[in-house]
Amino acid sequence: MANVLLEMKNITKTFPGVKALDNVNFQVEEGEIHALVGENGAGKSTLMNVLSGIYPYGTYEGDIIYNGEVCQFQTIKDSEKKGIVIIHQELALVPQMSIGENMFLGNERGKKNAINWNETYKEADKYLKMVGLSESSHVLIKDIGTGKQQLVEIAKALAKNAKLLILDEPTSSLNETDSKALLDLMLEFKKQGMTMIIITHKLNEVVYVADKITVVRDGATIETLDKHTTEIDEARIIKGMVGREITDRFPKRENVTIGDINMEVDNWTVYHPVYTERKVVDNVSLNVRKGEVVGIYGLMGAGRTELAMSIFGRSYGYDIQGTLKVGGKEVTLKNPREAINAKIAYVTEDRKGNGLVLSNPIRVNTSLANLTGVSSHGVIDMDKEYQIAVEYKEKLKTKTPSVEQNVGNLSGGNQQKVLLAKWMFTDPDILILDEPTRGIDVGAKYEIYCIINDLVAMGKSVIMISSELPEVIGMSDRIYIMNEGKFMGEMRASEATQENIMACIIQSGKGE
Amino acid sequence: MKGIKLTDVLKKYTMVIALVLVIIFFYFTTEGKILFAQNINNLISQNAYVFVLAAGMLLCILTGGNIDLACGSVVCFAGGLGAVMMDREMNVWVAVIAMLLCGTIIGVWQGFWIAYFKVPPFIATLSGMYAFRGLSNVLLQGYVVGIRNTTFLNVFGGGADCYIPDFMGSANFNTTCMVIGIAISAIYVIVILRNRISAKANGYEVEALPSVIVKTVIICAVVIWLFYKLANYKGIPTSLIWIALVLLIYSYITTKTTMGRYLYAVGGNEKATVLSGIDSRKVYFFAYINMGLMAGLGGILTVARATQAQPTFGQGYEMDAIAACFIGGASAYGGEGNIFGVIIGAVLMGVINQGMSIMGTDANYQKVVKGLVLLLAIIFDVMSNKKKK
Repeated sequence: MANVLLEMKNITKTFPGVKALDNVNFQVEEGEIHALVGENGAGKSTLMNVLSGIYPYGTYEGDIIYNGEVCQFQTIKDSEKKGIVIIHQELALVPQMSIGENMFLGNERGKKNAINWNETYKEADKYLKMVGLSESSHVLIKDIGTGKQQLVEIAKALAKNAKLLILDEPTSSLNETDSKALLDLMLEFKKQGMTMIIITHKLNEVVYVADKITVVRDGATIETLDKHTTEIDEARIIKGMVGREITDRFPKRENVTIGDINMEVDNWTVYHPVYTERKVVDNVSLNVRKGEVVGIYGLMGAGRTELAMSIFGRSYGYDIQGTLKVGGKEVTLKNPREAINAKIAYVTEDRKGNGLVLSNPIRVNTSLANLTGVSSHGVIDMDKEYQIAVEYKEKLKTKTPSVEQNVGNLSGGNQQKVLLAKWMFTDPDILILDEPTRGIDVGAKYEIYCIINDLVAMGKSVIMISSELPEVIGMSDRIYIMNEGKFMGEMRASEATQENIMACIIQSGKGE
Repeated sequence: MKGIKLTDVLKKYTMVIALVLVIIFFYFTTEGKILFAQNINNLISQNAYVFVLAAGMLLCILTGGNIDLACGSVVCFAGGLGAVMMDREMNVWVAVIAMLLCGTIIGVWQGFWIAYFKVPPFIATLSGMYAFRGLSNVLLQGYVVGIRNTTFLNVFGGGADCYIPDFMGSANFNTTCMVIGIAISAIYVIVILRNRISAKANGYEVEALPSVIVKTVIICAVVIWLFYKLANYKGIPTSLIWIALVLLIYSYITTKTTMGRYLYAVGGNEKATVLSGIDSRKVYFFAYINMGLMAGLGGILTVARATQAQPTFGQGYEMDAIAACFIGGASAYGGEGNIFGVIIGAVLMGVINQGMSIMGTDANYQKVVKGLVLLLAIIFDVMSNKKKK
């Protein structure tokens, strides 16, 4: 048995009206990777915020024992001094500053009023090497991809002499290659004796990287699984998370007949809005039939979102070429309004940034894309609007006390449902769902899949963009595989396996 | 959920409570003079422009904390234009329409650059602030132009007779005014009741009955008290009608119309709004055209009140309007704020001004106090938002 590095004992944290953590016990041994899993709102982040001093000592009950001593952190600085460093889901980097500047922001090298830039960049390069980045520390953050930015965050944490590294959803915005690299880096650090806690929704990562897994549910720790003593697979973890075993992660689709072609895109090419030389989408053709779910699988940066947004009223891109047919007729959609009128809906991958007005209630968000549907002559019928919001809330099983609740207060899964409700209310025939289940818990995912099934049962067409292979295979009738702006292949879902899809992508990489 | 928490009420009505406290403070320091009928009358007439400009400013602020720095200069230019026209014996209504049109056209000009060329509002309107100040000087040739047209003065709250005439009653008490006050309260109660009954019938959530009763009683009491005071003076000043009209219309626009909704949506999340098929450019355009129109009306009220136009009029008015919005709870980032808040903000500033004037405080210190009040209001807003999270 290794040393216990961290013990959190009987932690209880209450917010007004809610017990976020209820008598939680949590133990981490030195030199292990410990995964913290649970549905959204289960209390994982709250627990880590207690640990890192974001919720200062005194605002919670219970003890934190770190390295054999009881700690009473007042601020993040206190916990960082002890070597507990947390890397949050949202990257905390300043895009206009260089890697080196970011890395030592708040931890500057040199004297107080005279930063030693030579030392800063030298040290920065040293830590960059440790995380396997070959970039110079003089490069600006905005010029490197998200995968590398995440590595810079880790290097930044190392520069703080981290002994216990906490990673909150480190791969949520990374593609599979970058995710894999990051997880391998974690394993490498483990070999060097670093202790890590990882919070993630991606269970395959948990299985790959974690030594121990603690499941949090409804503000309490349910169980801790040890990889070395028990057999762990994804189904076992899910069982702990939701308290039941989900045998079918994808609901069956019944009685859906696939009809005529509803939308057709031919030779679609889109150029980057800033670097206008660059093709982001390259000569793509696709079609979707009534009652069909078409999956577009591709990694982040493959051009999937760009393809979808350029179809949706040219809301992305420059010099868009190609033809678009809706219901057999060729159309030009110059802006999102025309796309909505042509009965196309685009449900964004970026709920908070592009999808919802977080400061407004559910009711307002539900009607936003079709306000004319609840108003006459520019005057809103408040009663009708309210009824519609309630109707969709019930139809989609959105968990909220009232439709007057601000969307910003909802969990990710419920936000996604409000976003879906907003687009369903525009009564579209073709729905483009971009990463519809990103960052939401297993239970909510299942409900979203059911909604998709209901939509196609009504004869609507669904294009589902996703970088989760099991999801694409489990939900689609037909799959397009996209890489570097091009479609690399098309296959029926019945023929598709994780292996042959990945092979399709790898092959394309070699082909050039 | 059902119980009403005191802290929530305090948070929601902070500025109302602050206003009451400020009035109480001045009641004692001015030996009750602040609540004299004449002073209340003056409070309304003197601050008419703040209400009108702040209503327009609110729309701009809602779209994302954008402001209009030019409206003070536009007040001066539009007002000056009307004064010159009337000075040349033109028809008074032609002059009024010209002033409103002048403001609107300026709004179109500024709004066009802001909405369709993405010129930052701060800069576009700073440019207008200089340009229309200069043009006002050119127009008035540096002189004071007096207004003698009594119709104009009576209708827009200037001169000695700018009150709704009393059709009944005695010499010392304006009965018409009192009757109107009671009628407004009655209509308010009826509207509240009707909405509540129809909401209940349809099975919607309704506010808890005690809180509705308390609110209604307070509002009716304030209205009746206000009209009682005015009745004891000369009756309803005509400027109050314009204020009420503007506030009612803008309250309706912001709460009931699709355009009002878009203002909030653009301020809350512009990208999401654009992807919802809404042309955000039109929303900005609308906000600044309205601001221009209100600046035109502000010009009318200002020159009527002063019975003259001067090239220096309207200086700092834009700041008063902005301050009223922010004190009234509008978010500096956009997407939040309402007309009720604007009313409270404008009254609060007016009371502080007047209270200090009655006390004989030096005008320079009055500015210091105004500045501090603005800062305090924003600090409070930021603090209470923080706690929410």
